[in-house]
Amino acid sequence: MIEAEGLTKFYGPRGAIKDVSFQVEKGEVVGFLGPNGAGKSTTIRILTCYIPPSSGTATVEGLDILEDSLRIRQTIGYLPESVPLYNELTVDRFLRFAAGAKGVGAKRIGAEISRVVSTCGLEKVSNRIIGNLSKGFKQRVGLAQALLNNPSVLILDEPTIGLDPTQIIEIRRIIEELREDRTILLSSHILPEVAQICKRVVIINKGQIVATDSPANLTSQLQKTSTIVLELSGPHEEFTRAVENLPGVQKVLRTSNGTSKFQIETDPTVDMRPDIAALAVRKGCGLLELRTLQLSLEEIFMQLVTEESTQEGAES
Amino acid sequence: MKGFWPVYKKELYEMFMSRIFYALAFFFLLLCGVFFYLILQQIVMFSYQVAQNPQIAQNVSMPELFMRSFLWNISVIMLFVAPLLTMRLYAEERKNGTMELLYTYPVTDLGTLAGKFAACMTTFAVLLAATLPGVIMLASIAGSSWKPIVCGYGGLVLLGSAFISLGTFASTLTSNQIVAAIVTFGVLLMLWFIGDAKSAVNPPVVGNILGYLSVSDHFKGMVKGLLDSRDIVYYGAFSALFLFLTLRQMSSYRWRG
Repeated sequence: MIEAEGLTKFYGPRGAIKDVSFQVEKGEVVGFLGPNGAGKSTTIRILTCYIPPSSGTATVEGLDILEDSLRIRQTIGYLPESVPLYNELTVDRFLRFAAGAKGVGAKRIGAEISRVVSTCGLEKVSNRIIGNLSKGFKQRVGLAQALLNNPSVLILDEPTIGLDPTQIIEIRRIIEELREDRTILLSSHILPEVAQICKRVVIINKGQIVATDSPANLTSQLQKTSTIVLELSGPHEEFTRAVENLPGVQKVLRTSNGTSKFQIETDPTVDMRPDIAALAVRKGCGLLELRTLQLSLEEIFMQLVTEESTQEGAES
Repeated sequence: MKGFWPVYKKELYEMFMSRIFYALAFFFLLLCGVFFYLILQQIVMFSYQVAQNPQIAQNVSMPELFMRSFLWNISVIMLFVAPLLTMRLYAEERKNGTMELLYTYPVTDLGTLAGKFAACMTTFAVLLAATLPGVIMLASIAGSSWKPIVCGYGGLVLLGSAFISLGTFASTLTSNQIVAAIVTFGVLLMLWFIGDAKSAVNPPVVGNILGYLSVSDHFKGMVKGLLDSRDIVYYGAFSALFLFLTLRQMSSYRWRG
């Protein structure tokens, strides 16, 4: 369990994060989203006890980040952004060091290393020098060191950045496997990925939390209209005129000229699809497609991030 | 001291996997060998002269004279070697970002520092030990006393610990290894020659203080086989000061982020 309470950090006069508060419950997988430079890494570095906050407190598994730093670091598995590793060491040697540093007893080190090596699929490269490995393997080595000593909290900063699509799927599969009875905080700016893995997202922008909820709730909150996508066959002039007069329909847009595809914006409280389908049949049109358009996490994100900046523009 | 062993072992591995170490060891041992030969040759020449004119040097022991010059030369080579051994300790971790990994493991700052310092001292001791066979052989052939050897090598280890602690501190100041090496070398050189200025400054009190501060002045007694507690205290305090500063600098680095 992670609890951040009013975290603020200044680098000299420049504020990186301001009054950041959020919670991650035990066993939950939470996505930590934000554009580059929003303060994701700063928040994560505070939670992992790498840097102290300027003010505010945070607890991890009930331990205070300033007072029980060593014990917190014992319970956390952390993959820093851009995966720094000791490039001169072999994978096995590095994992031995990491296990020792994390306080794995000498007798358990061998078993512990073979466990993480097989979880992350590193068997073939365990005797190779880390500096010579591909980016995908380096990422897995980074993940492997985070898993040593079986931490109950995993904090992963951009675990899939810079990987190719197959490698991303591979890393995602590993994270999926790990989610059982672990608390995972996952930062990213690749949204579909977060939408797939995380039940809840925390969105940060310009050092402040702008939203905390599940992707589904955020969608419904932010959706001011619901959009229906419609494609017809046959002549549809009559239908077009009629549909605009249906109660509840706010706007009808042709997606491009010359085709018979429409986007119809309607009142989000009622489902207009049966009415529209009935109307199309009555006007003698063939119905090729009819569905409601969900706001994607990308759109929510853009909306939150730009909302903020337009408000700021209005203030100044 | 949590984390001492893993960090110590990791540092040694990295050191012995790196090309810097082998290049350094090659030239260090080559130079030591060359000096060994040249000094021995001079001593031999000098012995002939003494044999013909015994009044030149009545109380001089040739093996001690040899040790004095040889140890002095090693100490000068160390001025160059120490910065190259220590430059990577913290600067490399900062540059590669592995600092973040290391400091989010459950290890204490003191344990990390002790591991790094001890690994560097071990490497240095390995280099020094490689110069011993020649010295031991010579001493057993000449049948001279072991005291100057023990005392002199003990002095080199103390000197090394002072150099390495200074270098460790310099390595925390920057993420650039070259800069760390230059800073270490510059400060060491200054502290080395500061003692030579003591006769030139007025008032003499200032000169004396400069003499006390000089790293080389405290070594002069040791090469003669004289173990003075003041010198031991000096090198101990010197190392402790810079190791303490290293700890302070590291926590300040993290406060600043």
